[in-house]
Amino acid sequence: MYKYIFRRISLSIPTLIGVSILIFFFMRILPGDVVDAMVTDETGALVFTDAQVESIEESLGLNRPLHIQYLGWMKDVVAGDLGYSFWTKISVGEHVRRRAPMTLEIAVLSLIISWIIGLPVGILAAINRNSLRDYISRGIVILFLAIPSFYAALGFLIFFVLVFTWRPPVEVIFFWQNPIQSLYVALPAAVAIGTGMAAVVARMARSSILEVIREDYVRTAKSKGLTKRTIINRHVLKNALIPVVTISGLQFGNLLSGVIAVEAALSIPGLGVLLAQGLADRDWMIIQNLVLIFAFLFILINLLVDISYSLIDPRIRYD
Amino acid sequence: MKNNYKLLDVKNLRTAFNVEGKDVTVVNDISFNLSPGEIVGLVGESGCGKSVTALSLMGLVPDPPGKILGGEIFLEGKDLLKFSESDMEKVRGKEIGMIFQEPMTSLNPVLTIGKQITEILELHQDMSKEEAINEAIDLLKLVGLTDPELRINDYPHKLSGGQRQRIMIAIALSCKPKILIADEPTTALDVTIQAQILELIQKLSNELGTSVILITHNLGILARYAHKINVMYAGHLIESGTTDEIFYNPKHPYTAGLLNSVPRLDLDPNIELPTIKGEVPNLAEFNEGCIFKTRCPNPTNDCKDGKSEMGLIEVEPGHLVDKCCVNCK
Amino acid sequence: MTNLLKNPLTFFSILILSILLILAIFPSQIAPMDPQKANYDALRSPPSRDHIMGTDYVGRDIASRVIYGVRTTLIIAFAAVILSKTIGFAWGLASGYFGGWFDLVTERIVEIMLSIPGLILALLLLAGLGSGKITVIIAIAVGGIAGTVRIIRSSVLSIKNMPYVEAAKAMGVHPIIIISRHIAPQCIAPLLVIASASLGGAIFTEATLSFLGLGITPNEPTWGSMMAVVAENYLRPLWWIAVFPGIALTVTIMAFNLIGDELRDRLDPKLKGEIKD
Repeated sequence: MYKYIFRRISLSIPTLIGVSILIFFFMRILPGDVVDAMVTDETGALVFTDAQVESIEESLGLNRPLHIQYLGWMKDVVAGDLGYSFWTKISVGEHVRRRAPMTLEIAVLSLIISWIIGLPVGILAAINRNSLRDYISRGIVILFLAIPSFYAALGFLIFFVLVFTWRPPVEVIFFWQNPIQSLYVALPAAVAIGTGMAAVVARMARSSILEVIREDYVRTAKSKGLTKRTIINRHVLKNALIPVVTISGLQFGNLLSGVIAVEAALSIPGLGVLLAQGLADRDWMIIQNLVLIFAFLFILINLLVDISYSLIDPRIRYD
Repeated sequence: MKNNYKLLDVKNLRTAFNVEGKDVTVVNDISFNLSPGEIVGLVGESGCGKSVTALSLMGLVPDPPGKILGGEIFLEGKDLLKFSESDMEKVRGKEIGMIFQEPMTSLNPVLTIGKQITEILELHQDMSKEEAINEAIDLLKLVGLTDPELRINDYPHKLSGGQRQRIMIAIALSCKPKILIADEPTTALDVTIQAQILELIQKLSNELGTSVILITHNLGILARYAHKINVMYAGHLIESGTTDEIFYNPKHPYTAGLLNSVPRLDLDPNIELPTIKGEVPNLAEFNEGCIFKTRCPNPTNDCKDGKSEMGLIEVEPGHLVDKCCVNCK
Repeated sequence: MTNLLKNPLTFFSILILSILLILAIFPSQIAPMDPQKANYDALRSPPSRDHIMGTDYVGRDIASRVIYGVRTTLIIAFAAVILSKTIGFAWGLASGYFGGWFDLVTERIVEIMLSIPGLILALLLLAGLGSGKITVIIAIAVGGIAGTVRIIRSSVLSIKNMPYVEAAKAMGVHPIIIISRHIAPQCIAPLLVIASASLGGAIFTEATLSFLGLGITPNEPTWGSMMAVVAENYLRPLWWIAVFPGIALTVTIMAFNLIGDELRDRLDPKLKGEIKD
């Protein structure tokens, strides 16, 4: 098992290097760059002389050859140094440390919400197949699959502000400082993202359970005289879980997209807003390091999903 | 051990499946019975309704699309078709055990062997966990599995098909049911394993006094293990009698055809095996008359016009044949 | 066709798509007002008889802007999907058929691209290319290529070893002809399925990009940018400015999702559950 995990992690290193090269050259080769953004006003006209531009480039280390810049970045990343924002001169690591907890809180809550809503809805729809309950839950699933999470978040915002004269908090409260206050900020965002993910979980759970119910071993369980409830709980659910875990892992991408837009909608200063801001400013250090972190998390989550298979199904063993 | 007491008495059972909005009767007016300790064969080709008959007895016909339209199934005098679902749960596994055709897929892959045996003991025998584990080990010994103490912690994928079928037998017989339904128990197994499994079923039937309904398409198996044989064709029971009567004195042309088409060691291997001409009718399109009319060697005009009426009559004591075809052979 | 209308959800989605199509083709005939014209006599007015969906901060008619938004949304979504599926299809065919080092490199690239979420890839590209209709289309399209390559490639691999393909190879038929005559036609069904399933996602990505202020030029009405205005003024949210474009967006995505599901069930039931976007 540990050998497998080790092998998977070492296999992911080339992928991560690939991602870093992709990001780096996207940022450097494409026309827009940070110095352009710095030295031009909103209409695109230059407000600095060429000499000034050169000195800015030199101070940012942008006049070095590309491969030197890239290797320098990689050296720093390996050493745990994420560099400094071009604009604010604040260390990217410091930015991440300040903002990651809130984003992580939203992400974890969204995941929990997607399971505690999605799984029961999927189970109920499956065992009451083609009943009114099934139709209603499928209707809700179709609707929630289509509502963009930032729209839901905007809906909450409008509702809370207009009805409860609520104000979005100005500063972020970490979960360990004051859990209730912190949830106050994170929960609306997590509900907005989590319900859409719950729809995906519910749909997958329903179809997966319907498939498992037809298996021979469920017929065996029935022939033993077990009650319907025992059959579902003991014989069906665990077998139906693998596709649900898979889709939940694949949703990590949707989760990240959701976080970016929902943080923007609710003015929550998290990693998503940091990335969006970095992109608008073409702040390479922020962009390239954040995207690398996201890609790393994505690969890590896929690994966790694969490991969880072996906990669910004894036939899957990584030796 | 054999007597005339009817442990199970099935009368005029009719089960239909809804196919594209139309009810197709796949078990049509089936009647048969079972005495204590008896092994009764149910034989017929694929799709003739053998398995659906078995599922009807267990109350496990998938609904929808399946539905029991009528008839009575008396188990010790009580009609199972009038039982509620929770009453049927007490019959399944406790009064009637069942083993299936596919041992490879009939056990739950994510539960240990032990759990799959003990859960039924805890349910029907009111055993504690420990008692159930001890009993499970005894059951595994009974069905001839080596190292039962180790096996109960194994998952099914570590075992061969034959071993899994032994475990299925252990599960089915764990609560000492009065009846064991074995639906093609050896079809998916190697020939040598087939014999072992059938010997085991026969031995346990003798030791425990369990009646067995042995469902198969293989007449050879029944010749060796069954006391009585019921022959099914396209949803109908067309002949029924003791094994000797069926083998040495078949009355129905279909039964005779089946027997003739079995390869035999004592005949010239160069002669082509006789077959039954024609094909099984499509039940969804079949309308009236004798179900065998399209393949009958000597149909009367009434038969061809669909005017003949089906139903079993007794030609010898205990030997029943469908009345349309008594003289068709 | 009558069969298709039997499913009420499919009927509903076809109806919605027809309405959207009409709105996209004839916005100027249908929209009550010029979507760009500021009206300083009716600033921030809630839905009324004159403006059924109200007006925004500079008095522009929301209903007209929602209607004009249909065209932009559909053009970007269709163009992005066609672009990404065409590239993905050709790449997947070549990679699956020729194999070798080309296939190995393809697999690595696909894996790298799939470990960056589509929206982030689009944001990266937009930051580099600048905003505008064409760049938004390219940015959305790039995120959809890798998944297409993977699915088409696996279809090709299963077809490639069929005896009739082997036979054609043995007879010395040119690879281009084998691909175009024997392999490509069999990949059309999965291609249509993933293309239709991606449309909803493309619309969602476009709306998110405009919502984040990184979409097409701010003057042209898009649903996402209309909603962004409300988020920016969150202390005094004017609900109608966000709610109506949001409903339009949700209903449109829903209709495309339903059509995608229906197509998948009809063309390729095996693909069920493998698609995500």
